[in-house]
Amino acid sequence: MKLIFEKSVPGRRCAILPDCDVEQVSLPEELRRETAPALPELSEVDLSRHYTQLNQRVHGVNCGFYPLGSCTMKYNPRIDEDMAALPGFTGVHPLAPAHAVEGCREVLDTAAAYLREITGMDGMTFQPAAGAHGEFTGVLLIKQYHRSRGDLGRKKIIVPDSAHGTNPATAAMCGFEVVNIPSGPDGCVDLEALKAVLGEDTAGLMLTNPNTVGLFDPNILEITRLVHEAGGLCYYDGANLNAVMGVVRPGDMGFDCIHMNLHKTFATPHGGGGPGACAVGCKAFLKPFLPASRLMDGEGHIQVRSFAGNFLVVVRALTYLMTLGREGIPEAAENAVLNANYLMHQIKGSFSPAFDRICMHEFVLNLSGYKKETGVSALDVAKSLIDYGMHPPTMYFPMIVHEALMLEPTETESKETLDWAAQVFRQLYELGKTDPEAMHAAPHHAQIGRPDEVRAARTPVVRWTKP
Amino acid sequence: MNFPAELQYSRSHEWIRMEDGVAVIGISDFAQSELGDVVFVNLPEVGDDTTAGEAFGDVESVKAVSDLVCPVTGTVCEVNEELLDSPEKLNEDCYGAWIIKVENITETEDLLNAAEYEAFTQEEG
Repeated sequence: MKLIFEKSVPGRRCAILPDCDVEQVSLPEELRRETAPALPELSEVDLSRHYTQLNQRVHGVNCGFYPLGSCTMKYNPRIDEDMAALPGFTGVHPLAPAHAVEGCREVLDTAAAYLREITGMDGMTFQPAAGAHGEFTGVLLIKQYHRSRGDLGRKKIIVPDSAHGTNPATAAMCGFEVVNIPSGPDGCVDLEALKAVLGEDTAGLMLTNPNTVGLFDPNILEITRLVHEAGGLCYYDGANLNAVMGVVRPGDMGFDCIHMNLHKTFATPHGGGGPGACAVGCKAFLKPFLPASRLMDGEGHIQVRSFAGNFLVVVRALTYLMTLGREGIPEAAENAVLNANYLMHQIKGSFSPAFDRICMHEFVLNLSGYKKETGVSALDVAKSLIDYGMHPPTMYFPMIVHEALMLEPTETESKETLDWAAQVFRQLYELGKTDPEAMHAAPHHAQIGRPDEVRAARTPVVRWTKP
Repeated sequence: MNFPAELQYSRSHEWIRMEDGVAVIGISDFAQSELGDVVFVNLPEVGDDTTAGEAFGDVESVKAVSDLVCPVTGTVCEVNEELLDSPEKLNEDCYGAWIIKVENITETEDLLNAAEYEAFTQEEG
């Protein structure tokens, strides 16, 4: 497929601009660019076909099963889009006076109240633009808390070795030293390893529960108690909130602050570059440090993003929350857990689960034994799934499991879909034993088979240049 | 898999060779094979202190980023800057492509010989 730049023809246009009805002004000479930008020039029909072609080459949750572990690619109900498209929300100006945008403010206040209830937190902000930005904001709360008490020796953030890569990255970006602790054989926090690193230099612990292998840590209350006893705070990464929303609250587990990826847990299409939105919640004693928007809290607050954050994602989240309601939210979590356990059970007997026990909303397969036996790797299986119209699961993550495939079917998938998916996995398991070569060469029917990831990483071409 | 007998090995998959009190350090055949194609190496600078058992840099492969753990406490006296432009050397010739050299060594972690290390990798894999 040609790039949009390669389809460009000089002088071709697709927009007819209305007559200018205001006085024309010119930029001062020194601000003007010397050459015109190299923008593609296309007619509307070519532009439309270009994007439709791109659309046909991707696999989204509206095309088929998308069990991407740790990223909750759930189906996003249409009503969320309808609400976010209301002109009263799309047409507001970010600098409109407060009295003119009371409806928007009510959206933010109501969504904040619901999310405080779901998480067991006292304060909530919608400022951060997405998950990693939310982590950054949350860990800065911890930093500012210690600083406000003159407790300046707390330089270390503890992160389990199963954590998302963003956790240690966030801690480092906030100026902390990252202390990695190994997981126990069950994939949960090793209490002895935790005790060994806790001390007067502990600023906090970053954790997700259920954890990255899809297991609920049974020692969570003990973990947060130990961290608090050492004078540290506990940070909850909301990546896996879909498994427990409305059922158990991070605030009750002993966490002091939390971020939630609204675009994954509360329904906004994602994975294509955004925008996402992140809610950061905290207990009352951290509220003074929380960034806030002018719209919600008036002038004079610290902001981590302009205006009210990615407001329309909050509209979708609120719509999702109100559609599902007090009964529907925990039911969605329960179905997510049920679906994951059902699928794991159906696949078991062919590929082996890394941890053979009841899981939460996702589970991990360990293909290292299978690879030894057949030469077929997790990558080969993932690539083979593409030929069946299924998006591959997350692979080679978490790093504590070798040859990992991590599946998260989400709550909306039917029993029929799960049965079909399990059958595909079982079929591939057999195929790898009889015809491993076919799997090394997969996918056979996709538009793009195996791009050269090594060359892309070593010598990336990130900019189109005119030939 | 190839584990030269004249080298010593750490449990975090680095090899080490002593040359007149200077430790030459690289990654083992097992490490490069587990990592897959290496696309980037993050190196320390000459004069940096290293601590036995702690990271001195990292390697990035298509799969993941992994810490390089230093088997000795000392001072970096040389880094193999060739790896910055040709990280694939770690895959092609992992025992020729040393990563750093460390001098003024005050502490060395408990290392394995080739046979012990080979047994260790079989348990790991």
